[in-house]
Amino acid sequence: MKFPSYTTPREKLWHYSYRTYCGLVLFFLVAPLIVVIPLSFTNSVFLQFVPEMKIFSFETWSFNFDGYGTRWYKELFGICSDNTGTTVCTDRWMIGIKNSAFIAVFATFFASVLGTLAALGLSNRHMPFNRLIMALMISPMIVPLIITAAGMFFFFAKLNLVATLTGLIVAHTILGIPFVVITVTASLAGFDNNLMRAAANLGGSPLRNFFKIQAPLIAPGVISGALFAFITSFDEVVIVLFVGGPEQYTLPRQMWSGIRNEISPTILAAATILVIFSILLLTTLEMLRRRSERIRGVRQN
Amino acid sequence: MSDTSTINSQGPLLTNDGVPLKDSLRKSLRRSKIRSFLLILVPLLFVLALFVAPIGSLLSRSVDDVYINNVFPQTFAQYEVWEDKSILPSEEMFAAVINDIRITHKLENSEGKNIGKNLLGKSGTRMTYEFSGWRSLLLKTVKSATKVNKRSKEEIKPYTWEAPYKEKMIKRDKRWGKVEFWQSLGAMKDPYTMGYYLNAVDLRYDANKNIIQKVEHLRVYKTIWMRTLQVSLMVTIFCLILAYPVSYLLATLPMRISNLLMICVLMPFWTSLLVRIVAWMIMLQQNGVVNDTFVTILPCFEGMVNLPFFGATNIDLCFGDEDRIPMMYNFTGTIIVMTQILLPFMILPIYSIMKGIPPSYMKAAQNLGATPTRAFIRVYIPQSVPGVGAGCILVFIVAIGYYITPELVGGKDGLMIGNFVAREMQQTLNWGLAAAMGTMLLIAVLALYWVYDKFIGIDNLKMG
Repeated sequence: MKFPSYTTPREKLWHYSYRTYCGLVLFFLVAPLIVVIPLSFTNSVFLQFVPEMKIFSFETWSFNFDGYGTRWYKELFGICSDNTGTTVCTDRWMIGIKNSAFIAVFATFFASVLGTLAALGLSNRHMPFNRLIMALMISPMIVPLIITAAGMFFFFAKLNLVATLTGLIVAHTILGIPFVVITVTASLAGFDNNLMRAAANLGGSPLRNFFKIQAPLIAPGVISGALFAFITSFDEVVIVLFVGGPEQYTLPRQMWSGIRNEISPTILAAATILVIFSILLLTTLEMLRRRSERIRGVRQN
Repeated sequence: MSDTSTINSQGPLLTNDGVPLKDSLRKSLRRSKIRSFLLILVPLLFVLALFVAPIGSLLSRSVDDVYINNVFPQTFAQYEVWEDKSILPSEEMFAAVINDIRITHKLENSEGKNIGKNLLGKSGTRMTYEFSGWRSLLLKTVKSATKVNKRSKEEIKPYTWEAPYKEKMIKRDKRWGKVEFWQSLGAMKDPYTMGYYLNAVDLRYDANKNIIQKVEHLRVYKTIWMRTLQVSLMVTIFCLILAYPVSYLLATLPMRISNLLMICVLMPFWTSLLVRIVAWMIMLQQNGVVNDTFVTILPCFEGMVNLPFFGATNIDLCFGDEDRIPMMYNFTGTIIVMTQILLPFMILPIYSIMKGIPPSYMKAAQNLGATPTRAFIRVYIPQSVPGVGAGCILVFIVAIGYYITPELVGGKDGLMIGNFVAREMQQTLNWGLAAAMGTMLLIAVLALYWVYDKFIGIDNLKMG
């Protein structure tokens, strides 16, 4: 760091302590996630760094990786070939992953369609009750999950939707809609309606104009909203606890009972995979954002 | 003005088809409104039917006292004519109770299955909320009142208990002779009750429907409400203290570096909540990373030192295994974990506002003679207030309704109101109370949501 010649020592000290403070805050944000990764490769049954996990020994001056292995990943994926008798493998984790993926895919699809329709309708400023409807569509994101879950529990019981996959898909669709509404609204904010008028003037049908002109422009918004909806559904546990039954064991549900009852490092293997998954999603989102900016940049010129 | 008059003098402005332009515009506007409305219709109905309606039904449950009125219609009618409520009611009211029990006991649903017994059990539970002991008293009485004479030759076998009932009932259980039980019926006779709300803030009705405090050992919920408020406020303040400097750094650094640092903020934001909780368990438990680090790196010094003024003092500056700090399954744990989880909700809005503050303002202030500190306080901070407001409301709204984190890391003294809603729903099965607490929480959240929408605008909510 280069300082101008007139910088006083006090200013330098302030500068460095400020940077250190920010560094510590960012460390506070990511440290727990980073710690999970090495610990998920432990060979022991404890969720802590046991002495065997010391990589470098100062006494013998050598590396040692004996404390590490993929034991808990095998457990996670239900591959327990070594029948030593100590590990009891369940396929609950795999069932959970499958259920979660199934629910999340359908919920994301419905949320994207419904959310995009709503955002398109709400983008009309002449619509009466525009603001109220917008607030209503976003409210599932604001209302505490425990209240949503409690309400749905009673209501879905009447509709025979409790303990069914359909019930969970419906619930997660509702949770996903606000994200799609927000992102699509944001991408519509910069949309020039004259483009649609020009297209109509040139003789295109409304549907054709939508797919040819508006859809490509709002696509990044829809996709990033869909990603939010997907991750929300994939990570949701409160509604699953209330509305889901024993048949609908999802990954978060399995993690929840893992944390509460029989905590084992398998949960760390699952966590590591989820951390990597979130990094991938983040990268996708960043690419989408850049693409969206590029498209708009072309339009502005 | 003059333009309009010239147009008017030449007749209304027409489109090519000869329709007045005004009408044509109105028509096209209406058409676009209808189109927008049709687009919104399906998602709106979906949300109304499957989100708003369930929440509404939850709210109605919090005041609903209808079914107990269906079970005891005669009793409540007698209650109205019971004159001196400080002495036991007359025989008619005792008979009304027995009649109501017998009628309900035989109730069947459309498939011919008995539902009356279940209803009576539920009523007993409901009555116990008003005065403890009702449930066992009622069930005991149901047994005696519905016993039939099996030796009777008649088609419909008569009940063994016959009028008058007053003495028989008091003999069966002396609680029927206590006027407090009869008085407590007053709190249940209306089809709608505020009882659950009172219960949720440690109040109750007495015999004359006055609102009084609960007995001391039953007052639990006020503490929980206060703690919920305390946790949410503390988390909001900690988030602000941590987020403001970081947001400033992110907003002022060159794009290339700040984008890189932004990953540190966004990665936890995108990672599963449960993963973050597990991660914190590893960090904060007794044998966790934080305590391990303390034990390893903190200096260990123990012994006698000759201090000036104090003389020889025994100093124990050791952080040994026995000094490991309990940071998990308590209040501290809840605060630490919630702060980390909600920090991105604070950083992102502040950052997006700070990004829009031109750096030239600060430079101008300094040019005009302000010290950097003064320029920051007088020029920069006021401009960043909208971001701070948005972040604080957002963090507070999310924190106040938290359930998962306190449940998993809160232990006993970190539980919040959300946990008690869940507890009443799943364990005690006092659904009315759960609904009342949920409603109060919901009102608080919606009020804050309204403030947010009013001052910041919900469509300005940015993610990622």
